Amino acid sequence: MRLSYPPNVKVIQVPCTGRVDIIHLLKAIEDGADAVYVAGCLEGECHFLVGNLKAKKRVQYVKKVLQELGIEPERVEMFNLSAGEGPRFAEIAREMAERAKALGPSPVKIKKAA
Amino acid sequence: MIIADRKPLGELLEMVKECNKILILGCKGCVTVCNVGGTKEVGVLASILKIARKKEGRPIEVEEKTIERQCDPEYIAQVKDMVGQYDAVISMACGVGPQFLSEAYPDQRFFPAVNTTSFGGAVSHGIWAERCAGCGTCLIHHFDGLCPIARCSKSLLHGPCGGSASGKCEISKEVDCIWDMIVKKKMEKGRLQDLTKMKPNKDWRTARDGGPRKSVREELVQ
Repeated sequence: MRLSYPPNVKVIQVPCTGRVDIIHLLKAIEDGADAVYVAGCLEGECHFLVGNLKAKKRVQYVKKVLQELGIEPERVEMFNLSAGEGPRFAEIAREMAERAKALGPSPVKIKKAA
Repeated sequence: MIIADRKPLGELLEMVKECNKILILGCKGCVTVCNVGGTKEVGVLASILKIARKKEGRPIEVEEKTIERQCDPEYIAQVKDMVGQYDAVISMACGVGPQFLSEAYPDQRFFPAVNTTSFGGAVSHGIWAERCAGCGTCLIHHFDGLCPIARCSKSLLHGPCGGSASGKCEISKEVDCIWDMIVKKKMEKGRLQDLTKMKPNKDWRTARDGGPRKSVREELVQ
């Protein structure tokens, strides 16, 4: 559809968001990502039945962990949309890029010596 | 199997506060089954600790390894050449693991990553409940397969207390009154008279009350 979304969003394709595990989300944060989100199918419409529900639970777990560590849980998020909703995909990408900008750089980024 | 829950992150970070290089040692036994200390969870904890320390500006080096079990000397011996290389080792096994490791490698510090709670099993995916108190003299054949020692909050042996209400224990609506279940099952099977039979007092010496226990298989001792 040639819709544009912010260039600082890196897309990683998976066959189902059920493939995304806690460690993947944590590694993204560990390696300095300012925000990471999971975009899965609409609830009830997962081709693999409950993959997106598992992803939702994992995102909630990571949010809890970040909260415990004093990092903003808003840096991790779960979204549901249909594969046919191109504009919604771009809208979500824009929303998360805005959110990352508003929250500021991740506190986990390696601090350069002053 | 043995059920455990991971310690709060604050407590774990406090344990390794002075460390720059640690090893997280997982166990493929019980803690893998209850999803708290297996390979996956070792990876998750390693990432969490690295994130927390990076945020503080004091990065920590974390090595990950998971061995078959931490309750057999043969398996403990497998890490002989690696344990000395770290400021401390976090064991994700049940309480037995850190102790066996400490005994085998007295020059290294071993920290427990989990709070070991009880013997039990999975009641549904992701939920584990206590079933056995390790009393040393199993009586569940008297109670149609239900254990009042482990599952009655007061470990009563003669029937429900006055706090049993609508099949639930007085301590919490989430706890079933095991005596309600035992009596109902006995009634269903027509064995209610079993509960009126005189039984000698339970010998608690075989339980934790009698001190730390040891099991010996004479036929195997070398």
